[in-house]
Amino acid sequence: MAVKDYIRKRFFPHIWCPGCGHGIVLNNLLRAIEKLKLKKNEIVMTSGIGCSSRISGYVDFHTLHTIHGRALCFATGVKMNRPELKLIVPMGDGDALAIGGNHFIHAARRNIDITAIIMNNRIYGMTGGQFSPLSGYGTKGTTAPFMNIDHGFDVVELSKAAGATFVARTSTYHVKQMVDILADAIDHKGFSVVEIMSQCPTYFGRKNKLGGATDMMTFYKDHTTPVGSKEKKANPELIERGIFVHEDLPEYCNEYDKVIEMAKASLK
Amino acid sequence: MKKNIKFIQGNEVCVEAALYAGLDFFAGYPITPSTEISEHLSKRLPEKGGKFLQMEDEIASLCAIIGASLTGCKVLTATSGPGFSLMQEALGYAIMAEIPCVIVNVQRGGPSTGNPTHVSQGDVNQARWGTHGDHAIIVLTASNHQDLFNITVDAFNLAETYRTPVILLFDEVIGHMREKLVMPEKGEIELVDRLRTSLGEGIDYHPYLPREDGRLPMSDFGGVHRYNVTGLFHDMWGFPSDNPQVVHGLIRHLVDKIENNVHQIARFKEFFMEDARTVLVSYGAAARSALHITKNRRARGERVGLLELQSLWPFPSHIVREKCASAQKVIVVEMNVGQILKEVKNAVDNPEKVFLANRVDGELITPTDIKSIMRLIHGKGV
Amino acid sequence: MGKPELKELRINRDWCKGCGICVHFCPKEVLDLDQEDKAVPVKPDQCICCMMCEMRCPDLAIDVILK
Repeated sequence: MAVKDYIRKRFFPHIWCPGCGHGIVLNNLLRAIEKLKLKKNEIVMTSGIGCSSRISGYVDFHTLHTIHGRALCFATGVKMNRPELKLIVPMGDGDALAIGGNHFIHAARRNIDITAIIMNNRIYGMTGGQFSPLSGYGTKGTTAPFMNIDHGFDVVELSKAAGATFVARTSTYHVKQMVDILADAIDHKGFSVVEIMSQCPTYFGRKNKLGGATDMMTFYKDHTTPVGSKEKKANPELIERGIFVHEDLPEYCNEYDKVIEMAKASLK
Repeated sequence: MKKNIKFIQGNEVCVEAALYAGLDFFAGYPITPSTEISEHLSKRLPEKGGKFLQMEDEIASLCAIIGASLTGCKVLTATSGPGFSLMQEALGYAIMAEIPCVIVNVQRGGPSTGNPTHVSQGDVNQARWGTHGDHAIIVLTASNHQDLFNITVDAFNLAETYRTPVILLFDEVIGHMREKLVMPEKGEIELVDRLRTSLGEGIDYHPYLPREDGRLPMSDFGGVHRYNVTGLFHDMWGFPSDNPQVVHGLIRHLVDKIENNVHQIARFKEFFMEDARTVLVSYGAAARSALHITKNRRARGERVGLLELQSLWPFPSHIVREKCASAQKVIVVEMNVGQILKEVKNAVDNPEKVFLANRVDGELITPTDIKSIMRLIHGKGV
Repeated sequence: MGKPELKELRINRDWCKGCGICVHFCPKEVLDLDQEDKAVPVKPDQCICCMMCEMRCPDLAIDVILK
């Protein structure tokens, strides 16, 4: 199926700003789905609130646009009853890790078969550029006019600690890697997290004098390195990208089936 | 046939009734005094192939059951005041997206952590207006185990009929009290399943296009029809819209589908009302004491009656107005500072004849309390 | 299978928002922005069909159609 057969064309052009990385995530998420030869009826996309979350309106899957930070909870309810469907939950960094941080770590802990995509633009874009839990120390936002003194999360370390069984990071510059990682993540049986560094030229770029979309993507090119590379040792400032965790552990829906078996056996 | 009689807690009755109604999925978070509902369902649901989830908080619990309901399950969550406060956000979502679900609030004293192990009826208005924006809601309650069973089944039926969340507003006394329950036989109480679309695959399905009777056929989410569900104002396909006509039409639909059916939704019981000059209006555990004192006064020849409300919202004003028409005095018996009192005052011909008999100290209002207040109201002193 | 050859570099002008990502990262300077800030193939004969413009387009406005 062609990539554009997966979208609801009537809603294009989309609402995202010129050069927004979220469109690149959408573009290559569809390619990953195409790579896996998934049918539209096999996919449920659940999203929360924010720029990132509008992605669910554009794809011709079963789409559930929910409330800020809670997409994973809704997805959990769907997945438990439709385990045969692929659950994809794209979230912004604020959506996933500020208001939704608790749900995020608990979904990871359960290892429920859901793919969480964190479209990390380091800012609250929809509301006009406030700093997020991933903006990082020393950055600026409309609510940090002098300097942001909040330290950022490391999504990869957080996901690992919380128990996610697939953890990866890539960027909007590295589109081929993005397709491969997203396909692996969706294919993974368990809770998968993919952090995608995604530029917000309108707010994060402008507030922090990082230039336009192309400058920000060039930054991803120049300041990242494949996970485990020698360059990281020489230059610890580099951000690693690639797959950090990929392990098979019992999945939550399967585990619950065991509970059902035990409960039924107890009646005999 | 031998009747199946149980001597169990109110929270267990709620579990039995939910299973009778066809419950498939429960998600919750432990909180006193509702926890027994979770405990029992964690065993009972998997025994029948259903699913029980203990989530990270009450927000997640309600969101999870909404997701499950969309896929076609009958769903429940249970909580108490503090958890119910957390649920208000997702409650609004379920109202907006028209997703059937049942939420039990076993009330305890509040505000805040309040009085976790003691009774209260302080969440009546929170149940009505806790979530933001204009909306309508169905809230039911009961005062004894047999009624609790019936009203719980009713809650599922109404949720599925009107595609809306239904709140079961119980209280600590009812939840923890043990008394007799005669288990209804299978088929004894009618069960309502949601209206499902007859449209096949490939046919344009409109999840939010009401039929002439106002009902909206559902299609199990993740099935043959792909559609969008959102908490934004939306068109008949479920896609966001800020078109003033669409917004107006949806808000009217959400309110009218419930408010215009208040006659169908109204549930109440009456005791000794034929010639009552003093009418007690009560609900939940308070109605037990009200019934006791009503019988007691009747035995002494006083013309006292009891109107027990089992549906609190939409408020059955028409019932209250009619039943209290010839009363000289109306006394609202409740365990809060007068939340239903105001509704009764608005409903009757003369608000001056309406009085409050209440208790807000965490103890159950007793027949003696009510008797004393009645004496004061009648100018007889204590 | 030989090298892929370009049949058409199709730009959806209604969807293109003129961000310039395709122009900037094209290794062969095949694309440019026109006066309306829409991407246009100015040197299609130079295209090596790496697909990067199509994949990096945030607006899903580019189709690299191969022969």
